[in-house]
Amino acid sequence: MSPLNMPGRNGLLALIATIMVLPLMLPNAFYFDIVILIGLNSIVCIGLNLLIGYAGQISLGHAGFFGIGAYFSAILTSTYGWPATAAMVVGAVVVGLLSFIIARPIMKLQGHYLAMGTLGLGVIITIVLTQESDLTGGPDGMPVPGFSIFGWEPYGETVWYWIIAAVLVATVWLSLNLIASPVGRALRAVHGSEIAAETLGVNVVKYKVLVFVLSAIIASLAGSLFAHYTGFITPDTSGFIHSIQLVTMVVLGGMASTFGAVAGAAILTILPQLLTVFHDYEHLVFGAVLIGTMIFMRRGLVPTLADLFNGRQK
Amino acid sequence: MSADFLQFLFSGITVGATYALVGLGFSIIYNASHVINFAQGEFVMLGGMATVFFYGAGLPMPLAMAMAVAMTIFIGMALEKFAVEPAKGASIVTLIIITIGASIFLRGLAEVLWGRNFHSLPPISGSDPINIGGALVLPQSLWVVGGTIVIVITLAWFFNRTMTGKAMVASASNPLAARLVGINLKFILLLSFALSAMLGSIAGILIAPISLAYPGVGIMLGLKGFCAAILGGMGNPMGAVLAGLIVGISEALTAGYISSAYKDAVAFIIILAVLFLRPNGLFSTGGTERV
Amino acid sequence: MKPGLFRHLTIAAAAITMAVGVSNSDAKAADPIKIGSFLAVTGGASFLGDPEKKTLEMYVNKINADGGVIGRKLELILYDDQGNPANTVPFVKRLINDDKVDILLAGSTTGSTMAAIPFVEKAGIPFISFGGAGVITSPVKKWVFKTPHTDTLAVQKIFTDMKARGISKVGLLSGSGGFDKSCRKQVQTLAPGSGMTVVADETHGKGDTDMTPQITKIKGTAGVQAFMYCGFGAATSIVAKNYKQLGASMPHYQTHGSASKSFIKNAEGGAEGVRLPAAALVVVDALPASHPQKKVAGAYKAMYESKTGDSISSFGGHAYDGLMIAVEAIKRAGSTDKAKVLAEIEKTSNFIGADGIYNLSASDHLGLDEASFVMVEVRNGDWKMLK
Repeated sequence: MSPLNMPGRNGLLALIATIMVLPLMLPNAFYFDIVILIGLNSIVCIGLNLLIGYAGQISLGHAGFFGIGAYFSAILTSTYGWPATAAMVVGAVVVGLLSFIIARPIMKLQGHYLAMGTLGLGVIITIVLTQESDLTGGPDGMPVPGFSIFGWEPYGETVWYWIIAAVLVATVWLSLNLIASPVGRALRAVHGSEIAAETLGVNVVKYKVLVFVLSAIIASLAGSLFAHYTGFITPDTSGFIHSIQLVTMVVLGGMASTFGAVAGAAILTILPQLLTVFHDYEHLVFGAVLIGTMIFMRRGLVPTLADLFNGRQK
Repeated sequence: MSADFLQFLFSGITVGATYALVGLGFSIIYNASHVINFAQGEFVMLGGMATVFFYGAGLPMPLAMAMAVAMTIFIGMALEKFAVEPAKGASIVTLIIITIGASIFLRGLAEVLWGRNFHSLPPISGSDPINIGGALVLPQSLWVVGGTIVIVITLAWFFNRTMTGKAMVASASNPLAARLVGINLKFILLLSFALSAMLGSIAGILIAPISLAYPGVGIMLGLKGFCAAILGGMGNPMGAVLAGLIVGISEALTAGYISSAYKDAVAFIIILAVLFLRPNGLFSTGGTERV
Repeated sequence: MKPGLFRHLTIAAAAITMAVGVSNSDAKAADPIKIGSFLAVTGGASFLGDPEKKTLEMYVNKINADGGVIGRKLELILYDDQGNPANTVPFVKRLINDDKVDILLAGSTTGSTMAAIPFVEKAGIPFISFGGAGVITSPVKKWVFKTPHTDTLAVQKIFTDMKARGISKVGLLSGSGGFDKSCRKQVQTLAPGSGMTVVADETHGKGDTDMTPQITKIKGTAGVQAFMYCGFGAATSIVAKNYKQLGASMPHYQTHGSASKSFIKNAEGGAEGVRLPAAALVVVDALPASHPQKKVAGAYKAMYESKTGDSISSFGGHAYDGLMIAVEAIKRAGSTDKAKVLAEIEKTSNFIGADGIYNLSASDHLGLDEASFVMVEVRNGDWKMLK
């Protein structure tokens, strides 16, 4: 498929344009920081969206993969003096293998059993990271050295902005192409009805495993970048709450929409900063906003808005 | 049996009984609505916290407990009416997020109403431990276990012997047929939330003298209760009770004999092992997907 | 809901824009002194962040009512990071870059503090942390101070007391939190040098409601002479209750993490006989009139308890000491110039706070020693100071 007439091309161009213009409008490093976090969350969510939105599989443990990536980068670079890129690749390979091994039994589960299975996996990862404190620094976390690639060390929010932006664009591009490929079609068939898809000759388990592993690796890579960027990580990065945040971003933005994942990540990253004005009522408002959005825009923000603007789509 | 083993066993049964009550709540709501209510742990928290504050405000203990249960039931029904019912027909993930939103909301509410400190509730019948075969057990543990037994028996009677209970079971197994014979599904749904909120709040009141009451007390209990519900086979109330006890006892034995560091992982390791071997839960007869 | 949400977003956005507008103008003499803070106001560590927040708010108001500092009012900008370091980082950057604060009095937990340090060091802003662990100020970081006693001091104090009672074999239970783990590590590190042996080493999980299995195991360990618990929050009371339930009779030690009235109250008699090292603030009523901290700690306790209705804990005292050290340093510096304030904080000597008497220097950013702890025992539901 030529990159020029791929589906979602307009969206991708709009995203690139936004990325180019945004730095002119960001007054200081704090705003850059928020945008970088949005970018990192978007990358994870785009991967997770392939799993939730397209393959129709829930994962309440994806932060576990994010955490493994982050800790591999942290431990290998700080304790063992590895180069950051090598640590990142090893983290991703380990997550790839781990997710591949558990993918088959996990992907056999349905609905709530799948939710529980992935949740349990994430919780176990967090417990290991918390308990093995000689390696991970325990619940207080550990510092992570700066990122370096070929001797160059990116430093400061503006430099990181462009790195994350490039990775984000690449992830969006990958996601859009995957969805348009035969794999994407097979996935949509799986989402519709698994048994029906199987009858039509789609190897359901194979595709589900593929997407599960891919989304886990994306989460691991984002985790590595996050660790180097913030310079300090704790087991909370792999925790249940973080997993839930990621799923919420995907669903809020709109399932089965790559740009929905980006929008969801943006909203849920900015929201806690805006809600600080409510002080003691922060949680109350946050909970209410979640419930409200899910009830009134249950398909998520981007699909709902898209429907509003053009009645064409389903 | 050694006294140590008995001690671990009683600890496990007490904790397991709370998991069982929470798991039971998950199951009842799931049966009526196919919703996993992640705010189930918050019902436990509300029961304990509200009792502490009604009692602190000068109400006699039985009245404080009754008020707390009533309040939690009201909140449970409001949750169904304003958050779950309007989202009828939404996907599983959407409903999960709605109930997680509700749990955050309820924790926020408790923090605003009652502050963030932890509080204790006096035990129902003193705190002098009873010696059972060399193990020392608090009277409150017996209340927790006894309360759980009474609730389980009452519920079994309710589901098998009363018209409303039978209607709930019927509408869980076949909603369409249930509606055709004139069962009001909306009412069943509301009732299931009321019932689960009641179970949660009673668990919260019984456990509060042991676990203390604070806004975050329901988080871990909710997750473990969810484990119990899944392990027992979703929508199988008695399976959830049994699984809750299994999880509680395994945790206590692990802490006592193996490694207390990985005690919290036990429940989840059991879950993964069981799910990999029996993808529909321990006590389930299996099911098929509708095309 | 939708219009409501967006209205809030707009209002909030407007508020942020205004804040930016204000902070962009140059600091004038009449501009407020901006104190930045991130605390665990909610979440698992809220028993730390909540009294810290109340203390800061209360005393900032009081100081402003009394005319402010060097002719300027104080302005407190406070965010709730829920004790989660992942939330801390954006707030630190917001405080430094957007709110442009003059000083940071923040960090309820060690994790949050450690996450903030790289950015604070880079920006060069004086930062007084309320985090517990020793790693915060050891090794010394140029801009970072802390007010709470370290776990190292607490463990030393406990070991000193144990030795005086002829105890050398200790059974340890600790939780899974950051403080718990750090304290456990100190016990393991300091034990050999103090002639102590850790004969049992058990842990419990977050949010556990029953620790009898672990305590049973410790009780049954051969040779164990004393029980020690490293932990925080609700678990401290549960452990004390379980310990009493099991009829254990050997000496029971906890740390300064349990030094609040709610520990005694919620343990329902289980706390009786428990020994722990505490800040003078906690036992202020039992202090002799000649004790140097009696006046300062007494005044803080009276004010905190009358304004909030809560009973005192040493955690709020960390915030009080931090604020007062900062205010004194700014007064001496005569400005909010960050390098000058840093230099003045390091000159703090014989400063009497709620937690102890601080002697800071360029090489000591904690300024407390073992003597700043008093050993207390719970008797008849109250703290009793031990000689």
